[in-house]
This record gives sequence, structure tokens and C-alpha cells, in this order.
Amino acid sequence: MTMWIGEQEIEDLAIGAALLGTGGGGDPYLGKLMVQKAIRKNGPIKMIDPTEVPDDELVIPTAMMGAPTIMVEKIPNGDESLKSLQLVEEQLGKKAYATMPIECGGLNSTIPFVVASELGIPVVDGDGMGRAFPELNMETFNIYGVNGTPMGLYNERGDKCLLTTLDNKMLEHISRGIAIRMGGACHIALYGMSGTDVRRTAIPNTISLCIKLGRAIRQAGEGKQDVIKAIEHITENSIYGKSVVLFQGKVVDVERRSTDGFVRGKAIVEGFDNFEGEELVVEFQNENLVAKVDDHTIAIVPDLISFLDLETGSPITTEGLRYGFRVTCIGIPTPDIMRSEKALQVWGPRDFGYDMEYQKIEEIYDTRREKV
Amino acid sequence: MIYKIGIDVGGTNTDAVILDEDNNVIESKKTPTTLDVETGIFNALEGVLSKTDINFHHIKSVMLGTTHATNAIIERKNLAKIAVLRICLPAGQSIEPMFSWDESLKEAVGNQYYLLHGGCEFDGRPLHQKGLIKEECVSVLNEIKETGIESIAITSIFSPVLEDYEKELADMAKEILGEDFPVSLSCEIGNLGLLERESSAALNASLVKVIKKVSYGLERSLERYGIQAKIFFAQNDGTLMSLNYAQKYPILTIGSGPTNSIRGAAYLSGLEDCIVCDIGGTSTDIGILVKGFPRQSSLAVDIESVRTNFRMPDIISIGIGGGSIVRVKEDGEVTVGPDSVGYNIMTESIAFGGDTLTATDCLLASGLVTIDSPTCDPNRLQSLNQKTVKKAISVITEKVSVSVDKIKTKNDPLPVVLVGGGSILIPGDIEGASKVIRPNYSDCANAIGAAIAQVSGEIDKIYSFEGRTREDVVAEAKEQVKQHTIEAGANSDTVEIIDFEEVPIAYLPSNVIRIKAKAAGELLKSTLEVTNV
Repeated sequence: MTMWIGEQEIEDLAIGAALLGTGGGGDPYLGKLMVQKAIRKNGPIKMIDPTEVPDDELVIPTAMMGAPTIMVEKIPNGDESLKSLQLVEEQLGKKAYATMPIECGGLNSTIPFVVASELGIPVVDGDGMGRAFPELNMETFNIYGVNGTPMGLYNERGDKCLLTTLDNKMLEHISRGIAIRMGGACHIALYGMSGTDVRRTAIPNTISLCIKLGRAIRQAGEGKQDVIKAIEHITENSIYGKSVVLFQGKVVDVERRSTDGFVRGKAIVEGFDNFEGEELVVEFQNENLVAKVDDHTIAIVPDLISFLDLETGSPITTEGLRYGFRVTCIGIPTPDIMRSEKALQVWGPRDFGYDMEYQKIEEIYDTRREKV
Repeated sequence: MIYKIGIDVGGTNTDAVILDEDNNVIESKKTPTTLDVETGIFNALEGVLSKTDINFHHIKSVMLGTTHATNAIIERKNLAKIAVLRICLPAGQSIEPMFSWDESLKEAVGNQYYLLHGGCEFDGRPLHQKGLIKEECVSVLNEIKETGIESIAITSIFSPVLEDYEKELADMAKEILGEDFPVSLSCEIGNLGLLERESSAALNASLVKVIKKVSYGLERSLERYGIQAKIFFAQNDGTLMSLNYAQKYPILTIGSGPTNSIRGAAYLSGLEDCIVCDIGGTSTDIGILVKGFPRQSSLAVDIESVRTNFRMPDIISIGIGGGSIVRVKEDGEVTVGPDSVGYNIMTESIAFGGDTLTATDCLLASGLVTIDSPTCDPNRLQSLNQKTVKKAISVITEKVSVSVDKIKTKNDPLPVVLVGGGSILIPGDIEGASKVIRPNYSDCANAIGAAIAQVSGEIDKIYSFEGRTREDVVAEAKEQVKQHTIEAGANSDTVEIIDFEEVPIAYLPSNVIRIKAKAAGELLKSTLEVTNV
């Protein structure tokens, strides 16, 4: 279904993207401003359903890579992603029919809208991560056989790089090095693919889902509805599954350390109300990865684990998490496309260094409930 | 003996205190804040000076915490016409300066800006070339000279890492616009985050006329009493700046009120690490003091729709105060606040002959507290249901306890200092508090906070480990921040690091780290003796 994205939709998208960012993904604030400026100049932006892309037309996803901390200081010119997309177009000898996010969580949910507005092309409502992940090979596009290259990298100075690699693991490895040399952050276009491949490999309707979630959280903040129930209702009617309340309590400790571009650590939450006497531990590496209650694992990556402010329902990033916060920890089951054997080889718990098997969040939840 | 005066202008009251050199309170006075602010300051000064017999020549310093800057921004009054110069090309064009500002505020300051070549990467490598393009800068500055701009703000990409570009442009501005032309540098105000730091600098540039007016008014008032004292302004972080510095960086006065209140309360209780709970008529502000300074919020702060990266004290405000309205719902549930009879408590609450049930009424009815006032008669509360009273008190205690706990960073109990007119609402203990302290003079804690403030210095930079150890980097950062503090007027023997934070940088695998640090020290005595003619 075609949707027109105006300033309010982008506000809501930024909130929803913070929720699906599962604690990471970078603050969407700057991206939001860039899109709002584009909308003021060019009018609302067209967002189309994956089914609306003709089979043979080309879709080129766009994003930023590197450290969001750098981008909020060295703010872009606004045309870098577009230029990186044009690099890929040139190499392929074909114009893009549309662009698409590679990641619906955090900052990268917004970048393609800037490109779309300037080029007058639509954004495809879908992405390749279904949340936020730290590496460019962690994409359903990669998992289901789309070649990530030719990849265009472009920085604000106009330095550019066209990258071709034999596989997408190498794409991640080499481009990360280039991003650092480009000043710690750059803009990219990659995983150019046909309409057929979009339908085969993309996680559909994740951006409209972000907008719905963001709107629900905003309206809950205005006292119009119960945020947890609204999120349950929205996720239940999406390709994700019905969200579950994993825990409610008070953050009593947050431990963080930085290694190799990852902020690793854990948050400990002391339960209250229905969770009185229990303790939740959430381990993160930029994003939240594993949740345990009293040493029993209750949610595992790639399922989504997010913290919400208990009162307002606003998503809280791992960076913003602090002692004393009253939080609801919610879990959202990922769509089946993200849970296949192939997918779990790319973003299963073992890929983040955990010696454990993936278990579906809703199954753990049901077993736990039966015990109670 | 030499003396000092602390003045705090709050939303409701303007307070003044006189302290001796050992920080003993000699006199205090509370007067209503006036619309023009100056009159209120003068009244408070007059109030406190008329009560004392000390020799006015022995008053050597005056510390002022004021809301002038905030009011000017809110009311769009007395703001200077500014130009914002962003040194960013070939980057930084996507969002122009002041983009997200409210239209009326943009209009009030003129909404004029220029983008120039320069700035650097996170590791100091130049974005364009080393140094600025002279001709480009000269032509922009000449244009500014001709358009009647009153003040300029300069920002440059990664200026918290390398200030050179901003400083170079500031020097050129002096040559072309004149030695005294107000120039605000973003590197001296804000932290990483270009848009927020730039907005802080731009707001600052717009406030230069406001602060001139305040200092002029204060100097005139002091002259009338023959007081020759050095004037200081309180900053949002609980430290002082000289009159000169305040004229350059007036934005730093914003948010000084709550900070002064927290520091003053803690001083009165003799504690350096504690939680301060300031209970007023309508709301309760809860803050935390770590090593004598209020912990600052890590969140972006909005000043009138403008997102800044200004560091404000971390304050939790809840809608509980002496005048909070108490209601009983149909199901028997009792609610307290968030609405309040506010300053009309002496007429509207039941114990004072009114007909609104307030939090204060419930405390009086419980018999736990008494109020010594001719118009207060607890007998008016006899018909009150004791169950309701008990429930209301437990709601109040619970809400305050939860917020006290929220503001902590660790589970260990901390002492809680209770101040403010509404502090009778908490007659007993607070959960999670090691003890509850109710100090004397607590009604003018904020003016005392201004008077006892120290001077500080700050850094927020990204450092590279390339070719050196972590210890070297940390030592360099600590040395830099101490040097900043001494430059701000601190006695070097008393300078201490009060905040040191290593912030990891996400999604960037290389040997860099961001360090935020702050140091503070006692005001150098010789700074005061200079005026001792």
C-alpha cells in the first residue's frame, strides 16, 4: 500500500525506530531533521509496498555506516547517500526505481527518505535487518543470496569508493576500514537488487510498523492509550509476533565497557509488582542481545529486547540506561524470515559469542507461564 | 573579617544573604521577584543590608544567580541581532544553523548565517586545509559589519577536539569588527554534537545585551551603599564566573537556580555527598550532590524549543508540594496533586479556613506536625476521615521515596537533606535514606548556594591512543582540565577533579576514546584583593 510520509510520520518513525533499535542503532534525531527539511522543500515522500516494485526494476538501499557520535558532529551535506547511490547506478548501468533502508532500527531508518526526496523516487517499505545490527552482512539480503556489491561509499568531502568483493562478509570487513579512514562515518549504497529479489529477501512493511509503533507511543504519552497494550496489538497484527512483557522493575546496575567499536555490557533490573523478588539481566553489544531472569534465558537475539520507560513508554537506549530507571522490558518475536537456519547462522547467539542455541521467545514465554 | 553577598533570583522569590569569610550566615532576606528583576534584586539587597551593622567596605564580593537570560529568551526581549558562522565546508550543509528553532525566536535574533571552509576530523586532521581561507572570512566579516549585526557566534566541526579554527576566525573578527565586538565561541560553551553546541553559542550571542543590563543594574545598586565588591555570576554547574566572563558567556547562567538551591542545602547540612529534596508549595525538586556538586543530566536540554547540549543539573520534579490538592476517588483511592492551591495555601486550605483539602491539611490532621500561625487552626480538620489522612501521607511518602531512589546511582543508602516550605510533608524517615536532615536557614538555601560557589573548568574531547598508553592520555586530559580551572580564577592548590568520564564510542573500531572531565577549586583570594583599594 502506498503511503505518503510527511513531517509527523517522520517524528513517529524516529520513535518507533528507537524501539526496534533494541537499545542501539544510533539516535535518529539528525536523520529526522534531514528528512523534515527535505519534506519542507520537496513535499511528502512516497513510500511503496514491496509488492509495488516491478519485477525487473532496480532497488538500491542506502544508509550511513560508522559511528553516529561522529555524524552528529561532522554533519553531512545531505547529498552523500544520494551520491553513493549514483555510484552504484553508474556501475550497474541502470537507474534506481526506488531506495530502501538496510536497517529499520535507529538512525538508518531515516536516511533513505532524504535520498528519495531529492531524487523523486519512492522508498520501499521494508529492510534487511528487521531491527538494528552492527554489521553489514547481517542482512536478510545477504542471507538469501543478494550480492552486496557493487557498493558505493561517499563522504562529505566528495571522496568516494566503489567496492566489489567476492562475498558480503568481506564487504563488511573492507568497508568498515574505509569508513574509519573517511573520518569515522560515511554514507553507503549497497545490495542493489531487482523487485523480485526485494520480495524474496526483504523483511516487508517494517517502516510502516515503526511509524505505527511510534504513533502509539506518542499517543500513550498524551494519555490516550495504554502503551503496552497498543504495542501488543500492533505487533500481533504484523509479520512479527505479539510482543510480551518480559519484566518490569528498577534498573539497579549498568555495566559498560568499550572494545573494538562495541559497547559491551549488561543491565541488571530488580523486579516489582508481578516480578517481585526476581532479577533480570540484559546483556548487550551496542544492541540488547540476551535477557535472563534468575539465570534462566528468556529472550535471545535475533528476537527483539527493548527497554521502555515504565511511565511514558518511551524507548530507552543502552547509552541512556541508568540506575533507578523504572522500566518495562518487552520482547518482540522476529518474523520467520529472520529465524531460518540460514539466518541464525548469521545473527544467532553464537555469532555474538554466546555458547547457546536460539530458542523462540514466545515458546520460552509459554513454558515459563505454564510453570507459574 | 571580609564579607560576601549571595543573591538568587528565582521564579517566585529573590533571596539575599550575607556570609562572612568562613561562610557563616550573618543575615538573610526573602522578597518577591519582580517583573523587571532589577527591582527585586534591589529590594532583597536593601532588606539584607538594612538588618546588619557590618561595615559595607568589608563586603568584597557579590555572587548572583539569575533568571534574566531565561526570561529574555522566553519573552524574546532585548535579544541581540546575531550572525552564526559555521566553519564546516566541505561538510555540514544539510541542516543550516537555527533550523529547528521556533520561527518567532529566529526572527527575534535575525536568522543570519554563513558557512565557511575549515574544521577537522575527530582525530584533528583538517577537513579542508590547515587554517581558514582568509579572503572568504574577510568578505563575510565585512558583510556582517555592514548589516548591523550586534553579536556573532562561531562554531567549527570538531572544535572540542581542535579549537584553532574558531580562534583564528575570532581573531580576524576582532580586527574587522573591533576589539569589543561580542564573539561567542562554541568550543567554550558546549560539547560534542555540532547542532546543539552551535545553538548554545547562538543563544549566547543573542544574550549579550541582557547581561550587560543586569550587571549595570547591580553595580548601580551596590554604589548606592558604597559597596565596592567584585561581581560574580553563578553558573548552571554550581560554579562561578567573573563579571567579564559572564558578559561573554551569559548563557551559562541558565539553570543556576536549582543548582544553587541544592548546593546551599548541602552546605547547610555539612555534607558533600547527599540527596537534596526541595519541597515547595506546588512541586518537589530532587537532586543529588556528588563531591559537593550536583550531578548533571546526560540528556539533551531544550531551552524554549532549542535543543542544546548544555549540561543542566539532573533534577527530578514531582507534583507534590504543601499545597497539593488531596482527593478521594469513588473506589476509596486517595490522590495527591499534581494540581495545587500554590501560594494561596494560607487562604484556601481547610486548616487556614478555606475549603480545599491539601497535603498540608492531612499532615496537620495526623497530629505529626504543627504550624505556628495565628490563622491556622487544626480543629477545622476534626471531621476528616483518619483513613484518608493516612492514605494521603503514604502516597506522599511513597512518591518522594521513589524519586529519591531514582536519582541515586547505587543502591547504598545516602543521607537526604530536606529543605523548602513544604518539608513538613515528610515528618519521618525516607526509604533508602541513611538519615534525614532538616538544616537551619533552609529557606534561603539558594542564595547561600550562590555565595559559596567555586570556580571550575571542563573538557570534552576525543583522544587517540595511537602511539601512547591509556595512562598518558588520561594524565594529559586531567592536566588540561586543571589548567582550564586555574585560568578561570581558581587557587591552584585547591583544584580537584570532580568528574571524570571515559565514554566509549559505538560502531567505531579504533583506538579512540571520548573523555569528559571537570575540575573545580576555591576562588583565588587575590582575585578578590585586587578590588581592595
